[in-house]
Amino acid sequence: MSGGTNSTEMTATPATRVLGVSAVAATALMILLGLVISPADVVQGEAVRMLYLHVPSIWIAYGSFVLTSFSSLLFLARSKRRPDGGRHYDRLAGSAAEIGVLFTAITLITGMLWGKVTWGTYWQWDARLTTTVLLFVTYLGYLALRRLPVDPMVRGRRAAVMALISFINVPIVHYSVDWWRTLHQKASLSVGRRPEITGEMYWTLLYSVLTVTIIAAWLTVHRYRVIRLEELRDEETLEQLISSRRNEETADTAEPGDTI
Amino acid sequence: MLAEVLLLARKDLRIEWRAKVALGQVAPLTLLIVVIFAFALDANAPLLELGAGGLYWVAILYGGTLLTQRSFELETEDGNFDGFRMSSMKVHSLFLGKALALFVQICLLEIVLGPAILLFYDVQVANWALLVTAGVAGTMAFSVCGVLWGVMAAGLRVRTTLLPLLLVPVLAPVLLAGSRAFETALGVRADAGWSWTSLMFVISAVHTVVGLGAFGFLLEES
Amino acid sequence: MSAVVEFEDVVAVTGSFPVLTGVDVSVNEGEIVLVRGENGAGKTSFLRACAGLLRVSAGSARVLGFDMRVDRRTPRRYIGLLGHENNLYRDLWAKEHVEFRAAAGGGPKSDAEAALAKVGFPSTLWSVPISALSAGQRRKVAIASVIATRPRLWLLDEPHAALDAESRTNLNSVLREAASAGATVVFASHESALSKELSSRVITLQGGRVAGDSGAS
Repeated sequence: MSGGTNSTEMTATPATRVLGVSAVAATALMILLGLVISPADVVQGEAVRMLYLHVPSIWIAYGSFVLTSFSSLLFLARSKRRPDGGRHYDRLAGSAAEIGVLFTAITLITGMLWGKVTWGTYWQWDARLTTTVLLFVTYLGYLALRRLPVDPMVRGRRAAVMALISFINVPIVHYSVDWWRTLHQKASLSVGRRPEITGEMYWTLLYSVLTVTIIAAWLTVHRYRVIRLEELRDEETLEQLISSRRNEETADTAEPGDTI
Repeated sequence: MLAEVLLLARKDLRIEWRAKVALGQVAPLTLLIVVIFAFALDANAPLLELGAGGLYWVAILYGGTLLTQRSFELETEDGNFDGFRMSSMKVHSLFLGKALALFVQICLLEIVLGPAILLFYDVQVANWALLVTAGVAGTMAFSVCGVLWGVMAAGLRVRTTLLPLLLVPVLAPVLLAGSRAFETALGVRADAGWSWTSLMFVISAVHTVVGLGAFGFLLEES
Repeated sequence: MSAVVEFEDVVAVTGSFPVLTGVDVSVNEGEIVLVRGENGAGKTSFLRACAGLLRVSAGSARVLGFDMRVDRRTPRRYIGLLGHENNLYRDLWAKEHVEFRAAAGGGPKSDAEAALAKVGFPSTLWSVPISALSAGQRRKVAIASVIATRPRLWLLDEPHAALDAESRTNLNSVLREAASAGATVVFASHESALSKELSSRVITLQGGRVAGDSGAS
């Protein structure tokens, strides 16, 4: 993926077409499993089906932000040594953050709906909810910074620093909010704890995680390529501008009175 | 390096002394916020007393953001950002000097705001040592983060709107910790005020380290 | 004589516009170089690239021996830049400002008074806020701020602008003195008579490239 694509007309390649088709097929099966085949929960009732989207989304959201931070770190570390400025790391950071923000929004919406059904309220000031909403706003700010019309390397550096600080800030935020109050039920898929979700529900959840991961990977690849195409377009425009500026010079050099 | 830090901080504070932006404009504004909170909460005395600690930090968050804005407005007006970058001072001195000046200015704000809250909201201080230490810890965290995000937004045309969007989520834990620590210091909550204070010191330390490492990346405009 | 500025096919971009499209130039120590050209020819960008404020995106650029694509911060302490704007803190007094710039440039504060005297800035205005000064006086404070940092490379963008006739001649002698002491001066200007008299070499920029160079070998 980091090599980019040579195509200048579309962002699909045979490999990503396969990825896209499998994402669609997997989603169809996920709907079937999640909404029809798997049973309702004894305690949570039908609301448990929301978790098949909620849990994978939060995994993708956090995973994307980890990817953003990791690529940002590589961008800052490598940008000076590479002739292209290591911009593919910047592109990866940007596209992952967009997917992360999207899935954070899905997490928040499904979580609130689930909370309304289960807790009787849309919002609880618990550690994970509060951390997630702050994370959402933080990365909205990150995307706002990325959209600014400034020199791409400057924007890349500033965005990379912001991504790193935001990442370092996640545990601080979580720790402080957790300390403040905790109400949330325990993490659903963690190892070493007796799973509260068993049997068909457990496999459905695991399968949903896989499906949503495929969807997210597919979206990230395409966003990456779109950003790459935008950069190619900018580079082409720049080359045209450079050559037209040079031509303007040759037309004028012959002017008399210019020699001193 | 200390000499450079002090040189830059003294320059900022001298400008403040001449222009009186922090004391003459931002401090009165935070006083207004104190009054406005009383309007919003219907001048409910028990509620104001309970919320005094948190309202204090919200007012500081607002005033401090304005001061951060101002601090980098100085460095960018009249093409000054070039002068800032052309100086032979070390990058670390630039970061720490700006942070020190911002720290002093926010402290000035707090010296005005603190007594006002005590008077208007009729709160008693139960633990002065905690109140002052927590105030210093929160202000340190604020000034370090402020300089880091201030330089990030400096020179951008949309800086006035971008800066708060970037700054406030990062300062959210400081606001939380500061409010809880002040509630303990004001005797409305028997909570771990000192632990919250230590958390703010940790946050300032983390951001100082990050800032020293990252400031150089944020300085260039092309 | 060693080369102070060595540019080979330097390309620089601001936003998405190529301001420098392949500049080849070499400036030696002690030279006084006038950079001329029409509006938008790249004069200011050339000076900013020399100062390391503008990133060189292609070609090779060395200033005072430093590779500007590797380290463009270190050479700045030896460079004095007088920009199009004056880079002044408006709320400071004139003398305070020059003192700050002198100290920030690593020199002694005491250089400030001498520098202000050199540009003919009256001592009665030393303790006046910069915001209260006239355009010409502000320009003098800005020039004094550059002098006070004792640069080895002077980069001046329209240094004569806003100055009166006497101050212009005075500035020229200050620059000549600096050059004879081993400094290098590169300046952009429209004021042809005064500039030609001052300069030992004229470079003409057009479309972001060098279109004429009176000192080219």
